[in-house]
Amino acid sequence: MNQKDLINQIGQIRSLMEKSSKFMSISGLSGVLIGSYALIGAAVAYIMLYGFNSQFGYRDHYVNRESIPALLFIAFAVLIVSIGTGYYMAQQKAKKAGQSIWNPTSKALFQAMAIPLLTGGVLALILLYQQNVGMIASTLLIFYGLSLSAASSFSFRELRWLGVLDIVLGLLALCFPGYGIYFWAAGFGVLHIIYGLIVHQRYEK
Amino acid sequence: MSLDLSLYDKVLENRVRLQIMSILVANEHYDFNSLKELLDVTDGNLASNLKSLEKEGYITVEKSFVDRKPNTKYRRTEKGKKSFENHLAALENLIKQQYG
Repeated sequence: MNQKDLINQIGQIRSLMEKSSKFMSISGLSGVLIGSYALIGAAVAYIMLYGFNSQFGYRDHYVNRESIPALLFIAFAVLIVSIGTGYYMAQQKAKKAGQSIWNPTSKALFQAMAIPLLTGGVLALILLYQQNVGMIASTLLIFYGLSLSAASSFSFRELRWLGVLDIVLGLLALCFPGYGIYFWAAGFGVLHIIYGLIVHQRYEK
Repeated sequence: MSLDLSLYDKVLENRVRLQIMSILVANEHYDFNSLKELLDVTDGNLASNLKSLEKEGYITVEKSFVDRKPNTKYRRTEKGKKSFENHLAALENLIKQQYG
């Protein structure tokens, strides 16, 4: 066995250990698209709530009860289109790499995300039921951030930072009630776009 | 210069077996089909190498059914992990030796 073989072998072992334990098929560009959907959704919601002529300033009207169904509809529409886009682009990326999208690492990733996501989702429903609407935006940001941090051990390490920043934004949103929509636009929109560009730049070029 | 080969593991000299062990050391468990997909080997080749790793006591096998399809899970044993680490150390020593 010569030296080149040995170094080759060790390199192979390292890449296998990484490939077998991390799910790298999540597409960076899908992050950019998902962020854009969130921004569009936030803009639509904003116009619906405050119209075109509102000022960024003191809010004398918070979300009222009549607008809740429409807001929920926008949020779910953005969520479903985002999941669809993320799934489709991950599938394409996996196909290119000759892998399947449903493997032990993606299962581990979804399991890690499921607990914080389900907890946050149920908590949001409870808050909605109790008409504690002002806390929902921050709650969902915080729990989404937690699920990303949990997922980061099974995928790109950059996910951890996306998660931590979402948690910080969620906590800030709690401190500034009435401005939830800005924090949502920042957390689900701007951060996803920045994250997607970074991942695309680092791993997909 | 004498070469210490006490750590070198004949069982792991085989490339496929070494690759299987690297996956099982990095993950708690792995199933047959996922191993096959990652390693890009034939069923027969993978099965016979898994069998010999099992015989050495490096891995354990757990057979079950998921949706009526057979699902075989493999886990490393402590012995398997130790041997893998020793073998890596031996490879490292070999490289150092050739540089020195």
